[in-house]
Amino acid sequence: MSRRFPILSALIALIGAAFFIVPLIATFNFSLRMKRGELSFEAYRSVFDSDVFLGVLGFSATASLMAILMGVLIVVPTAYWVRLRVPRARPVIEFLSLMPLIIPPVVLVFGYVRLYGSSSILPLTMTEAGTNVLLVIGYVVLSVPYMYRAVDNGMAAIDIATLTEAAESLGASRLRTIVFVIFPNIRSAIVSGAFLTFSISLGEFVITSLLNRPAFGPYLVQMGQDFAYQPAALAIMAFAFTWICMVLMEAFATRKPGQRLLPWRAPRSVTKAKS
Amino acid sequence: MSFLTLKNITKSFGPNTVVRDFDLNVAPGEFVSFLGPSGCGKTTVLRMIAGFETPSSGSIHVGGTDVTALPASRRKIGMVFQAYALFPNMSVRDNVAFGLKIAGMPRAEIDTRVAEMLDLISLGSLADRYPYQMSGGQQQRVALARALAPRPNLLLLDEPLSALDAQIRTSLRDDIRRIQQELGITTVFVTHDQEEALSISDRVVVMHKGRADQIGTPAQIYNRPTTRFVADFVGKLNTFEARVESPQSIFFAGQNIHDPRHTDLTPGAPITVALRPEALSLRPRPGDDLSLPGRVLHSTFLGSVIRAQIEVAGQQVSVDMFNRADATLPVAGDMAEVWFTRGDVLVLPSVM
Repeated sequence: MSRRFPILSALIALIGAAFFIVPLIATFNFSLRMKRGELSFEAYRSVFDSDVFLGVLGFSATASLMAILMGVLIVVPTAYWVRLRVPRARPVIEFLSLMPLIIPPVVLVFGYVRLYGSSSILPLTMTEAGTNVLLVIGYVVLSVPYMYRAVDNGMAAIDIATLTEAAESLGASRLRTIVFVIFPNIRSAIVSGAFLTFSISLGEFVITSLLNRPAFGPYLVQMGQDFAYQPAALAIMAFAFTWICMVLMEAFATRKPGQRLLPWRAPRSVTKAKS
Repeated sequence: MSFLTLKNITKSFGPNTVVRDFDLNVAPGEFVSFLGPSGCGKTTVLRMIAGFETPSSGSIHVGGTDVTALPASRRKIGMVFQAYALFPNMSVRDNVAFGLKIAGMPRAEIDTRVAEMLDLISLGSLADRYPYQMSGGQQQRVALARALAPRPNLLLLDEPLSALDAQIRTSLRDDIRRIQQELGITTVFVTHDQEEALSISDRVVVMHKGRADQIGTPAQIYNRPTTRFVADFVGKLNTFEARVESPQSIFFAGQNIHDPRHTDLTPGAPITVALRPEALSLRPRPGDDLSLPGRVLHSTFLGSVIRAQIEVAGQQVSVDMFNRADATLPVAGDMAEVWFTRGDVLVLPSVM
């Protein structure tokens, strides 16, 4: 009996795809129509012309990078330690790492403002630098579910316990084991987590806006209120950026040691065994 | 003289005691195997020697120094794991060089030493490969080279052959023994495979429920097991309930057998007597001085061996005979005599 073409399934898939693609095409098309009667990248040019745009993008990118650094320094040793020493606590830690998805960011940031406000013993919100620190901490909290999962999966793929013992038997201290053995082997997982953190932090609105930072998220919203074509251009650029992040993540995640990052270049030649 | 000394080692995980009163002296350059079923504590003892576990009580000395409280990274041991545990991010060369770099050896010396080690395992041509590009056997040889490169005091092998297929297992086993003898390094090897333990070791420690049941040369372990467990675990065995008749003789399978080797047994005591299948034959061989009457139940042709099941004094007995061109398969239902020599009779304590 020959299989019939699954018309219904294909139709559902097409409708689903259209649901995502049609608004995207419409937005892109709209973003090209700033000049009346012709298609042009005028809207994109005007976005890049603005000093404010580059300023907020730079601020957001810096804050995101700091969040990645801080997240990695917190999450990697934690995940390593949990897997090595208290594997039974892993479900608990995993649950804790999901808390930021359960607690809304607005609750988080109000908590920050109350805890670190003017009457606090640690009045972080009273200074520019202090508020920036709070912002980065907020980004770290928001990205922990993704970072922890990525790193933990990376560690699951290699036998952390045995590799640690192998390194120790060869004389390596715990720190050297982490730096030379564990870290390089979960690098692709960390990179995945880093890209996720970056794309979350870059467009983050709630925390950023309530801490009143000059960042990309609030700028995007402001533009949406004030202009017609530029927000569409920004949306398309943000979308493209996210996709680039995904592609880079994929490239890093599937790379094997000794291979070049770009798969279409020839890999390092390997001498065949003679025996 | 003892190079590695384990004194009165006990190890408990919570309420479970997995190693009890373990004593062992290993001479310099000696190859000792821990043999036992899974869960007998053999790996735990090895991990305590390595420093990955701390004994609950007792002490470990290496070369006269007490290392009981020393962390693994400072014990100067080389360890090979069942799962190879090569560093996936490093080439073969870097894997072997790892211990040397950690020890702070100058670059030029590292290169020389790595080349030397790769020669030893004959994998010099694969120095730039990564672990995922190699077979299990090759990876395990690299793991061996990596463990030996920093000139450790002790080589510890934790079931290094278990993950490999049969042919590679035998050849790597021979390689391990050759390299061990070449370097004269004191080695402890953990395995659940009796053939492995018997073929590779100077001495074998048979472990059972956390204790060393018997420590001896492979021949002693196989030919003269001192406990019921060792006899059962190492090789196949036909056992008979028996009784000590007089200081000079034992009674089993309806016969009195004069056995001057066991004069210390109390008359009347119940004991167990055992015979290896290969010690038995259905035809008298030169030297065979004892026989038991029986009946053939069935027989199997296994190529080099003919295996017959004989009913003797109401119980089944396995008999393994070498195949020869003129050998005929015993016919089921026929009467038969099972021949053996007095020296092949193993006397085991009855209750274990």
